[in-house]
Amino acid sequence: MKTKIFPIFLVVTFSIIFFVFYKGLQNSNIYTPEIKSEIKIPSFEAKEFFSKDNVNSDQIFIGSEYYLLNIWASWCIPCREEHKYLMDLSKKENIKIIGQNYKDNFVNAKNFLIKLDNPYDLIYFDNDGTIAIEWGAYGVPESFLIKNNKIVKKIIGPLNEKLLFEIKEFTQ
Amino acid sequence: MNILKFLTYIIFLINFFSFDIKAQNLEIEITKNLRCLICQGQSVYDSDSEFANSLKILVEKKLNEGLNEKQIYEYLKNKYGDWILYDPGFSKNTYFLWLLPILMFIFGGAIILKKVILKKKL
Repeated sequence: MKTKIFPIFLVVTFSIIFFVFYKGLQNSNIYTPEIKSEIKIPSFEAKEFFSKDNVNSDQIFIGSEYYLLNIWASWCIPCREEHKYLMDLSKKENIKIIGQNYKDNFVNAKNFLIKLDNPYDLIYFDNDGTIAIEWGAYGVPESFLIKNNKIVKKIIGPLNEKLLFEIKEFTQ
Repeated sequence: MNILKFLTYIIFLINFFSFDIKAQNLEIEITKNLRCLICQGQSVYDSDSEFANSLKILVEKKLNEGLNEKQIYEYLKNKYGDWILYDPGFSKNTYFLWLLPILMFIFGGAIILKKVILKKKL
């Protein structure tokens, strides 16, 4: 009897291990930070894009309407693709689009806006990328929907038709 | 005598590793313990991605502001979760991770002990 327990134990153990690893194969190994809803927006100071004046985050997100903070750069190709959706959103009355120009060159960024049009109500610089970290972002493009100084939705990666619809529905 | 040799060997190993990890600079030490989220598997210190470079600047800024190592970890943990730390603290999410090696050690020890005792009895 004793000799039989060991092989059974071995088979069971290995089957469990096999099952766990096999399941693990299907998991994505790319980690994305969990989206904690309703967190307060960070406070920071930055330079405005056109006037180069200092702006404070308290002055930007002052109203009670919805704000969409979009982190973008002229060198970022997905930003080009999502631009038409931002243009679409900019036509909506109850949402303000704020641009965060991430590690960009001013001339390139300006040309980008001249060529593709400017959906932003306000743009500020984030030359060293530290403001992006304050937001908890780690790449471009990334968007945050803000209401009453709280992040209500976070979008990693470019906007698309589905996300645009979701944002429109959210802000109804 | 054998046990004494074994113990000195273990002490030597522990010292060797801790000397290796100990960095001269606090900033380097912190960034070495931060995982780069763009190039996962590399530390922020080793990485040259945009994200890692920004994070290095931020750590320097926060140190200049007078935050200590723990406060910086806490700050980043709030923004990115436990995953950003290579050495996560003891919490309800990580207790299994921390206790597993100890459990395995005890379990293995018990097996060895049992085998040795059984052999002696025979």
